[in-house]
Amino acid sequence: MSIIKPSFKNTGFNKLCLSYCQLRSVSVDLNHDASLLIDIPDALCERDKVKFTVHTKTTLSSFQKPDFSVPRQHEDFIWLHDTLVETEDYAGLIIPPAPPKPDFDSPREKMHKLGEGEATMTKEEYTKMKQELEAEYLAVFKKTVQVHEIFLQRLSSHPVLSKDRNFQIFLEYDQDLSVRRKNAKEMFGGFFKNMVKSADEVLISGVKEVDDFFEQEKTFLLDYYSKIKDSTAKAEKMTRAHKNIADDYIHISATLNSLAADDMTANKKNLEKLSDLFEKFRKVEGRVASDQDLKLTELLRYYMRDIQAAKDLLYRRARALADYENSNKALDKARLKSKDIPQAEEHQRQCLQKFDKLSESGKKELTSFKGRRVVAFRKNFIEMAELEIKHAKNSVTLLQGCIELLKSN
Amino acid sequence: MADTARDAPPEQTDFHELEDGEELFPEPATTQESQPASLAAEDISTNSNGPKQDSLFDDDPEDLFAEATEEVSLDSPERDVLLSDGPSPAITPITPPTSVITPRIGHTHDDMFTHSSFDEIEEEEGGDSFDIHISVSDPEKVGDGMNAYMAYKVTTKTSMSLFKRSEFAVKRRFSDFLGLHSKLASKYLHIGYIVPPAPEKSIVGMTKVKVGKEDQSSNEFVEKRRSALERYLMRTVKHPILLKDPDVLQFLESSELPRAVSTQALSSAGLLRMVNKAADAVNKMTIKMNESDAWFEEKQQHFENLDVQLRKLHTSVESLVCHRKELSVNTAQFAKSAAMLGNSEDHTALSRALSQLAEVEEKIDQLHQDQANADFYLFSELLGDYVRLLTAVKGVFDHRMKTWQKWQDSQMLLQKKREAEAKLQFTNKPDKLQQAKDEIKELEGKVQQGERDFEQISKTIRKEVSRFEKERVKDFKTIIIKYLESLVQTQQQVNKNISYIFHYN
Repeated sequence: MSIIKPSFKNTGFNKLCLSYCQLRSVSVDLNHDASLLIDIPDALCERDKVKFTVHTKTTLSSFQKPDFSVPRQHEDFIWLHDTLVETEDYAGLIIPPAPPKPDFDSPREKMHKLGEGEATMTKEEYTKMKQELEAEYLAVFKKTVQVHEIFLQRLSSHPVLSKDRNFQIFLEYDQDLSVRRKNAKEMFGGFFKNMVKSADEVLISGVKEVDDFFEQEKTFLLDYYSKIKDSTAKAEKMTRAHKNIADDYIHISATLNSLAADDMTANKKNLEKLSDLFEKFRKVEGRVASDQDLKLTELLRYYMRDIQAAKDLLYRRARALADYENSNKALDKARLKSKDIPQAEEHQRQCLQKFDKLSESGKKELTSFKGRRVVAFRKNFIEMAELEIKHAKNSVTLLQGCIELLKSN
Repeated sequence: MADTARDAPPEQTDFHELEDGEELFPEPATTQESQPASLAAEDISTNSNGPKQDSLFDDDPEDLFAEATEEVSLDSPERDVLLSDGPSPAITPITPPTSVITPRIGHTHDDMFTHSSFDEIEEEEGGDSFDIHISVSDPEKVGDGMNAYMAYKVTTKTSMSLFKRSEFAVKRRFSDFLGLHSKLASKYLHIGYIVPPAPEKSIVGMTKVKVGKEDQSSNEFVEKRRSALERYLMRTVKHPILLKDPDVLQFLESSELPRAVSTQALSSAGLLRMVNKAADAVNKMTIKMNESDAWFEEKQQHFENLDVQLRKLHTSVESLVCHRKELSVNTAQFAKSAAMLGNSEDHTALSRALSQLAEVEEKIDQLHQDQANADFYLFSELLGDYVRLLTAVKGVFDHRMKTWQKWQDSQMLLQKKREAEAKLQFTNKPDKLQQAKDEIKELEGKVQQGERDFEQISKTIRKEVSRFEKERVKDFKTIIIKYLESLVQTQQQVNKNISYIFHYN
């Protein structure tokens, strides 16, 4: 497992060093195949932009070197994703969802609020709050690195996508990729495509399905998507409430400390113990929040996006089916008019071929997707439950220790 | 589905293969956990006052509660009735001076000084130990519309000979409590006794109840008030002097009580009170006392600091209560969402796992709700009570200043009269001279009384402050321990619920 050294330039935060392997949560280990190993060992945060260092180790001869790294920005990942989506040949595959844009708004806003409230807090309190914030900032940072890494690893472990030319360019090209990125026209094209797509989602529901498997999948995915979207939002709210409680504990601990400082009686020790307890408690609460965040919220969020990608596959197949049906109608018309029959036949044959290819690969993809999903859910739920139990036990020990001390005094 | 997963093409090595059996959650050896230790893992009662009944009746002999009243046993049926309304959080029997209850007949202010002082009471032997428990329960709406009010049952259980019976109950309304406080304050505050303040009025809260809104918030309001009234009475009777006051006895014992009209917020008495308060505030600013006693200065400063810190702590704890309630709501919403997700899931084992997750989260949300109540009723209300008590303490110090001022004023007046008398010596006005001499004699008496008053109030305050501080420390410790125990309970229950996921499978 690699070590990540995130550094925060121009943000006033300290340099922090972390072990990255704890982070692997949402997907199970993707880096199996030694012929192409990708990871993001390093990342830099400069104001709003995050620069990822993409490191590749490969035994494949299609690459120029066996071991190399390139700097990449978030936009480069988006370009790669969109290029893959727009590639006809991959229409029958689930294209791994694009990583979301790094979003530091939440911790930045909190930092702002903290600055405003500085006067009302003791120095110690302020320091602790700042520490919390730094941890939150770091967590967001870690999450974004992870999600970008997983995107690449999904590609590298896919038998077809790993051989994509653009993917190779992304990994290897040591100049700035921006020249290849969307120019205005392409962006507009992409936007238009998204608009059309949502209109065509009605198409998916409308098209008469011939295959039971796809019929079931369609029903299932459409329903599941809305449910998982809702669950993600609710899980996030839960996590945030935990964080708020951890913050409250900081204030309580600090005030108890002040009370202890002023107290000249035997009670002083009690207050100090209590203050200490709440300080430890808030750390536990913070861990509960972040564990829940990673293992539950992030899991749900990732699979929500993955299901969207699966829905996209269904959409493309539905388009192909519609095309095939249209080509049938065109062929009938041509036969009626006795005009252009060979073209119509050829067109119909092609449509059928495309549709069949999509259906076949689609079936494989969707089946393996389900397996992947079940395994990931299982792994994360178990880990989350184990962690929560560990934290609860920890809390009990802390509390009982404090109760003992108080009673004995 | 498990089969297809196992047959997945080897290139797609991005997941571990699903193990044998459809179960999602195996029985891991690591999480086989023994039942959590000390506290009984009972279901947390859905009482809106968080405190668990068990922790009150710990049999540990070294526990503070070993000194609890013997009457209070789990077996007695009356006790159960009381318990069903939730135990009062602040029951702290103090080790009292063994005192004899000498009922005071006719109480003018002077009596306080000529009558047995605190010292004497402590020396007298053979009296009852402090053994009284009051509970406020059964809030009942009486009447209709804007004239409606809540009647509370006040039950006293005691073995003290001060009372006619060992157990009795009366019906009281909120204004009765305020009336009691008002009487006690007028009798004792200005001579230096820290009279516990009554719970605050709430026009908004009461209006909702009057109007008949039977919803969550008005129920919470009534419960909050009931709990506050109980704590108020317990604090009042814990004070050895106040306990013996005939007004207190009447309040607890007599079935009929004259209505305390002057406690109404918008009455003339209410307005008068407000005016007096304002005048007091102005006076306080103008009194510059020559503090000869460093103890008082130190204590006043101490209480000022304490006040600031407690208010801050109170705010933080209120925020904690709010956030924990939020957590409870959010967890409940997530539970519902997870259940729907589980219904929608077509992989059987995962579907079941999601439903279990939903169930567990639902139980946990209830735990959070209960914990929020404990946060509130134990921790937050304790702090709120002490913030208000400190106001009473500060008031007592202010009265001392006023007493000093009065003494100084009479002294100055005496001085003036003496000067006037000296002048009169040289004139030939024997009547005026005699009058002056009489006035001087009277004033001398006043000055002496003023000095005595001042000394007495200083002495009383010293004792009161010492008693207050002891009480405070004990009170806090008891309640904090109870609060921490509630946190332990919650965590253990969380633990238990989550572990069910594993045991279920």
